[in-house]
Amino acid sequence: MATDPLADQAALQGREAWEQEAERERAHGIGPWRLALRRLRRNKVALAFGFLFVLLVACCVAAPLWADRVAHTGPNENHLSDTIRVGGETKNVVGLDGIPIGPTWRGEFFLGADSNGRDIMVRLLYGGRNSLLVGISAALITTILSIVLGLIAGYSHGASDAAVSSLLDILWSFPVVILGVALGVALALDGVDIGPFSVSGDSLLIPIFVIAIAYVPYMARPLRGQVLSLREREFVEAARAQGAGPLRIMFTEVLPSLTSTILVFSTLLIANAVLLEAALSFLGAGIRPPNPSWGTMIDDGVDRISTAPHLAIVPGAMLVLTVLSLNVLGDGVRDALDPRANVRLEH
Amino acid sequence: MTQHRSGPEQARPLANVETTQAEAGGASTDGSAPLVEVEHLKVFFPIKSGLFFDREVARVHAVNDVTLSIAEGETMGLVGESGCGKTTISRAIMRLVDSTEGAIRFRGQDVTHAGRRRMEPLRREMQMVFQDPFASLNPRKRVGQIIGLPLRLHGSERKEIEPQVRELLARVGLHKEHVNRFPHEFSGGQRQRIGVARALALEPRLIVLDEPVSALDVSVQAQIINLLDDLQDDFKLTYLFVAHDLSVVRHVSDRIAVMYLGKLMEVSPAEELYTKPIHPYTSALLSAIPIPDPEENRRRERMVVSGEPPNPINPPSGCVFHTRCPRATDVCRTLEPPLARYPNGHLAACHHPMNVSPEEVKATEKDRTSPLSAGDELPAASGANGSGLGDGH
Amino acid sequence: MSEPPAPAAGGPLLTVEDLKVSFATEEGTVQAVDGVSFELSAGEVLAVVGESGSGKSVTAMTLLGLTRFPNAHFEGAAHYKGSELVGASDDLLRRVRGAEIAMIFQDPMTSLNPVQKIGSQIVEQIQEHEGSPQAEARERTIELLERVGIPRARERVDNYPFEFSGGMRQRVMIAMALSCNPSILIADEPTTALDVTIQAQILERIRELRDETNAAVILVTHDLGVVADIADRIAVMYAGRIVEQGTLDDVFYDPQHPYTWGLLGSITRVDRPRPERLPAIAGLPPSLADRPEGCHFRPRCPHEFSECTKVPALESRLEGRPDHKDRCWLSASEKRVKREVQPGEIGLTSKEGAAA
Repeated sequence: MATDPLADQAALQGREAWEQEAERERAHGIGPWRLALRRLRRNKVALAFGFLFVLLVACCVAAPLWADRVAHTGPNENHLSDTIRVGGETKNVVGLDGIPIGPTWRGEFFLGADSNGRDIMVRLLYGGRNSLLVGISAALITTILSIVLGLIAGYSHGASDAAVSSLLDILWSFPVVILGVALGVALALDGVDIGPFSVSGDSLLIPIFVIAIAYVPYMARPLRGQVLSLREREFVEAARAQGAGPLRIMFTEVLPSLTSTILVFSTLLIANAVLLEAALSFLGAGIRPPNPSWGTMIDDGVDRISTAPHLAIVPGAMLVLTVLSLNVLGDGVRDALDPRANVRLEH
Repeated sequence: MTQHRSGPEQARPLANVETTQAEAGGASTDGSAPLVEVEHLKVFFPIKSGLFFDREVARVHAVNDVTLSIAEGETMGLVGESGCGKTTISRAIMRLVDSTEGAIRFRGQDVTHAGRRRMEPLRREMQMVFQDPFASLNPRKRVGQIIGLPLRLHGSERKEIEPQVRELLARVGLHKEHVNRFPHEFSGGQRQRIGVARALALEPRLIVLDEPVSALDVSVQAQIINLLDDLQDDFKLTYLFVAHDLSVVRHVSDRIAVMYLGKLMEVSPAEELYTKPIHPYTSALLSAIPIPDPEENRRRERMVVSGEPPNPINPPSGCVFHTRCPRATDVCRTLEPPLARYPNGHLAACHHPMNVSPEEVKATEKDRTSPLSAGDELPAASGANGSGLGDGH
Repeated sequence: MSEPPAPAAGGPLLTVEDLKVSFATEEGTVQAVDGVSFELSAGEVLAVVGESGSGKSVTAMTLLGLTRFPNAHFEGAAHYKGSELVGASDDLLRRVRGAEIAMIFQDPMTSLNPVQKIGSQIVEQIQEHEGSPQAEARERTIELLERVGIPRARERVDNYPFEFSGGMRQRVMIAMALSCNPSILIADEPTTALDVTIQAQILERIRELRDETNAAVILVTHDLGVVADIADRIAVMYAGRIVEQGTLDDVFYDPQHPYTWGLLGSITRVDRPRPERLPAIAGLPPSLADRPEGCHFRPRCPHEFSECTKVPALESRLEGRPDHKDRCWLSASEKRVKREVQPGEIGLTSKEGAAA
């Protein structure tokens, strides 16, 4: 059945023409940001997941509170030979057969214990702090680096663009996990010691740095592409005609148009960074034990998946929830900022 | 909406403004120095291709030896179809594009290769209004910021800017309270007014307008043209009005230059271009414009031009228009016609001019603005006029 | 292939009755087309004239079902050869598009598939509607390309759209539109994006083809010059309604609606001496979502009076000229007086206090 190119293209063109007309009639005084916010507020699903993410972060931030008041234990404290009272019985935290206790749904060992007798809930929350800290910081660094590199590469012609693009291409050609593992292991081995900088192998800065670098091309290249096309727009030409210099144009004319891309990308980037951190920690190249992280917890639990499934499932579920909520939120933000993606149905 | 106000607060000492009605091309001959002139200007764009390193394989001859001067206070209309080079000239004069050969002078100063620093003081004096009212305003900035940008760039204090911006908005017929709105909240015609307000902000001497009304509805076009007219009187502005529509440019221009494929075909005092077009291309352009009057349309004789404009990468030899000209002969194919001077400051580059008497043809001289590649062969009296020519094309 | 809808016996080819199209948007309901009615007979060129926001494009596209977005709402009818187009099934529309009613758009670059050779695009269309064998369809395509004036058609049939200039692409569009011998050709601003010399060529070609095939043409445009060149009848649209309708000479030489006066008055003409000041219509077209009560042109009309808060019906107010209709409450004699801003010059005077 042959396609009907005329009709397809016509639909696009028709919508465009009509939207141009309708666009004139937007409510007065509302800038693109407030309009986007309005649209976002109407997107209940995205809001719900956004709220979920905020809740997750809040819980992880409150980890010390939980540890002190409810669980009465730290994330790294072993309770190998301890017993607790559950439902009237006294049980071993870690059984004689090595199987740790499952979720008790009570203050202590709310979600059970791991093979070292550590409180999973506490580790989950502390691990969440680490994972989220690493993920968000890495995403932030990636964003800043990408903006700078994208602007430089996209706005200047010739040599700078060629240099930056080649660098990005080289980075891009490595699969993220492999790059992460290689860098992570290398740097964490003896720590980093460059001139005045000295970072120990255990520091969180290492996985943050590694993940940030790994993801730079994924954001810098699209940004560069956008800058390339924005550069040709008439309002940029107008600014040049008025005597504005390249730096000024980059930051006051081009950058504002990039913000929606940046917002959407960073949201999704946080999700990816958290996932990558988990992967690296799982492989032993990220956060190092005994520091908790969702990745290390999964690593611990994988061996005992048949006997004590909760060890792996719990951190895994947290990971899924976090990434999912960030993705849905990111989609919602993108839809709010760019309504042309869909024609909406008003009830 | 004619609001007759006095000129801007800080009136600048005006140069010797002579209202040039139909002056000879090259205003330097009548005593007032041209505000802006280009001399034998060529702008070629390289086409690069290659495996590892880009090498130039061909060039687009966008502007191919054009000499024009615009006197202070005059409006020069620059007309032609797409690809003729008119937009490129406007960009070259504004130094948004580098020229390949030739000279650009502003108030006598050579600015052909002026960098950003040299151009800074001059930017106050020349501003531009762009074609697309939707694309020429940054959608993320408020109207006040957009109009205020040139003021900020040239050192005005923030406190001074706001009242000036409001004043400008009122000047172009918009409401002062709209200063905080975004471009998308305005219609096309209103956005174009904002563009004009932006161009006026620094009280320039020259405003280059690149097809300022092409993207607007017909009734709005009239409003904007009237506005430009009023502003020119009030602010003593000089305009370079680039357009593809001969009917639009007629209303605002003192002189009109017609371009084709990077070369000047005809330069004429405005009214005379319509009553006495000398170059066949101008005649064809005028014929092609449909007249909104059915009877006139049916009645008039139209010179229809066949074919398509040739590729500017490989312009034709001789007269660039010869491939489509119904009057072309052998000499047109081989020899580029010089710009010949006819009475009233009317110039045309054609071996077989139209609408001129044999005496006028005999009296022509080669104008100094003629391209360097053109010969000295002026049209012979016998070759002029007549609608059909024996040789055909 | 399946049969086209049965033709009606005599009478107009297309009858549009009280067509209304609205879109639900974030900012409210946008009434793009507000009760449009007209007829179209074989071989005639109907020009639908208006500015942006007038609803002319939406009207034309609705005839082919190209405005069926999830948030669109349709009322009214469009009868074509015994079938109903508004609300028709997808199947019917597919048979109608191309074979019965074909469309050319303003920008040929976005309407042609850039990654497919133009020859095969046209052949595809022919085969879709007529089931001809490949070789025959190809021959017909080459012949069509020659007819629309593409030089060396036999070689160029295998070129891609980007290898053609704007004018040539538009000719390819026309060839594609005519490939299945449609009865109606809808041209939506076909020459706006083209140079003036090319525009003249294309218009001439459209006229010739109309003469040869007796197809009816709906020409949607804002350019009154183009209209004067090839139209037989005109419908002037403003804010979703037809405000004046009649033959070419009727509307140009005896315009009845103030908006038409304004339009005619604000055009610059190359064949007349230039006026001191270009007469312009003050103000702006109304917001699509928020229209004035009664006559939509009221806020900009210097001749408004008490009746104008009621919607004027589209009817003829002239003796003996039932086909020249307008939507203005003024009497015919009043109109004759008010439209002459200068002796012999038709136009619209400026309204006091209207924002320019």
